[in-house]
Amino acid sequence: MLDLTPALPLYLGALFAGITRGWLRAVVMLAAPIVGAAGLLGLESGFSVTTDLMGYTLTPVRVDALSLWFGYLFHLAALIAVVYALHVKDPLQDSAALAYAGSAAGAVFAGDLLTLFVYWELLALTSAVLIFARRSERALHAGIRYLVMQIASGVLLLAGALLFAGSGGGLAFGPIGLDAPGGWLIFLAFGIKSAFPLLHNWLTDAYPEATPSGTVFLSAFTTKVAIYALARGFAGTELLVYIGALMTCFPIFYAVIENDLRRVLAYSLINQLGFMVVGIGIGTQLALSGAVAHAFTDVIFKGLLMMSMGAVLYVTGESRGSELGGLYKKMPRTTVLCIVGAASISAFPLFSGFVSKSMVMSAVLQEGYQGVWLVLLFASAGVFHHAGIKIPFFAFFAHDSRFVATAHEPPANMLIAMSVAALLCMAIGSFPQVFYALLPFAVSYTPYDVTHVLAQMQLLAFSALAFTWLRLSGIYPAELKSVNLDAEWVYRRLLPEAARRFLQSAAPLDRRLRRQGQALMRRGVRALARHHGSHGVLARTWPTGSMVLWVASLLGLSLVLYYM
Amino acid sequence: MNEGRGKSYLFDPPRNRRRIVRGLIALCLALLGLDAVLHRHAVHPWDDLFGFYGLYGFVACVVLVLLAKELRKLVMRDENYYRRGSRKSPPGQAPNPEDDDA
Repeated sequence: MLDLTPALPLYLGALFAGITRGWLRAVVMLAAPIVGAAGLLGLESGFSVTTDLMGYTLTPVRVDALSLWFGYLFHLAALIAVVYALHVKDPLQDSAALAYAGSAAGAVFAGDLLTLFVYWELLALTSAVLIFARRSERALHAGIRYLVMQIASGVLLLAGALLFAGSGGGLAFGPIGLDAPGGWLIFLAFGIKSAFPLLHNWLTDAYPEATPSGTVFLSAFTTKVAIYALARGFAGTELLVYIGALMTCFPIFYAVIENDLRRVLAYSLINQLGFMVVGIGIGTQLALSGAVAHAFTDVIFKGLLMMSMGAVLYVTGESRGSELGGLYKKMPRTTVLCIVGAASISAFPLFSGFVSKSMVMSAVLQEGYQGVWLVLLFASAGVFHHAGIKIPFFAFFAHDSRFVATAHEPPANMLIAMSVAALLCMAIGSFPQVFYALLPFAVSYTPYDVTHVLAQMQLLAFSALAFTWLRLSGIYPAELKSVNLDAEWVYRRLLPEAARRFLQSAAPLDRRLRRQGQALMRRGVRALARHHGSHGVLARTWPTGSMVLWVASLLGLSLVLYYM
Repeated sequence: MNEGRGKSYLFDPPRNRRRIVRGLIALCLALLGLDAVLHRHAVHPWDDLFGFYGLYGFVACVVLVLLAKELRKLVMRDENYYRRGSRKSPPGQAPNPEDDDA
């Protein structure tokens, strides 16, 4: 049955979730990822399904260690997010969420570019529903912008795939490289979904506008599929090292001044993707292991942070830092769980981020990118600053907000989902060798040595000290109701404004042209009427007598000419 | 849920907040002290420097915040900046409050 796609259980779950209600839907939602993951257990590396289409070999299913790694990750993420969303009574959202998870799982098992394209577009469509499901006008607009970017990525992928196949490369999805025909197009397609700088705004624009549980799904899948695709197609592309380094850096400045805490997490998501992109760019065994390991841990801890902010949004209806604060008094469990997520993303020893990010950092130094390493170290300090401290601090501590009186813990299913994620964060961080043994690439790496732990603790402690000092001295920028311009300004303001200005300035010209045209037409009509109108020369009736006279004179004239 | 009104929570007394700050400073000093006792094997030409990571972390965060504040001058706009543009409503007119985060 899984010959069709290992994502089949998730798709079937999506189908049934749409038509069932109440506890039955809850059972369907929970069963889909569990059955799907059980199905993966039966798949072995090297298994593939091929079929022919118009002379091209398609591989709808290709199983290897890398695809299995992401396959398990996506089923785990789906399960946690489903538990988190159990209280939601919205069949549309539930169905779309499972179909979205299924598309992600299908994409990583796609063995050819055409199949990948199909799942790529399904990812876009199903995920957009999670944004529209917020059912506000803001979400509608953000969702449409999101969809345009995602479809653009799909179109680029298809164009690149056609060029690639047309030049004799076949459709098989393996290492591509920038020099291959269509390579740049495919690179850009992957780049949009992995939120490369300047192409990143769909993420920070749309994710915070989705429903509380929708954002948890969103943060797990699309970008990680893109990371998987980059790892498979462009491992060792040096350009990625610099793109990734930029990705780790620039979002943290925005994260510091952003008010919407879920948008802070969206910027921080780009920052974490940056570490993975750097790892892929370096392309050594250790670096790639670091990249995919970090993708795994990031799904869990970023999911945990998104869940905790989603819980705050669910309970208070608010996610802006300027409006929140003091919630630890009424939501102590959520606070602790959020802090576990914050410790994990900040890479505290014994938490998951530490054991995955440090592989990338070590690989960067091994390959001699010392400048890039300093940039990543700066970003690591910055992560702690904006995600590790800012998120819990402004949501749960800082000043007491108006919500403190009425706030309460979120529903039990939300707390359970967050607890599972928190336990995973701590388990991975505490038993890294078990985690490493599961990695798709063989690697021997020891994260816990004196140098490394001490260095990381110093980095984090002094970052916290800097935050404390800046906060107490009043230098730290206050949370303000505001919006910060980013690359999206080009298509949200500049282009629409330019179009409006152009239309405005063209309007008088257009009016004058029309008026001249109308005058020209009027003059033409009048000229026609002069000759052809009822009193016109050409419309006059001629008496028969004058006709005969004219004929006679013409005949006479021809007679004269004949004799001459 | 209303019993919280008169109740004092963990970080309400300033004394507890001061303790946190003092604890953090003590931790930083201890970690700096460990740098002198334990041998960190250098992985980067710069990290031979005593207390390199602490210094780097502190400076990085201060620079991050100061630059972000400058960035704010450049990019910060009113919360309804984009909505006003898209609505074609005259500036100053309040946007539909129903669109606020529901």
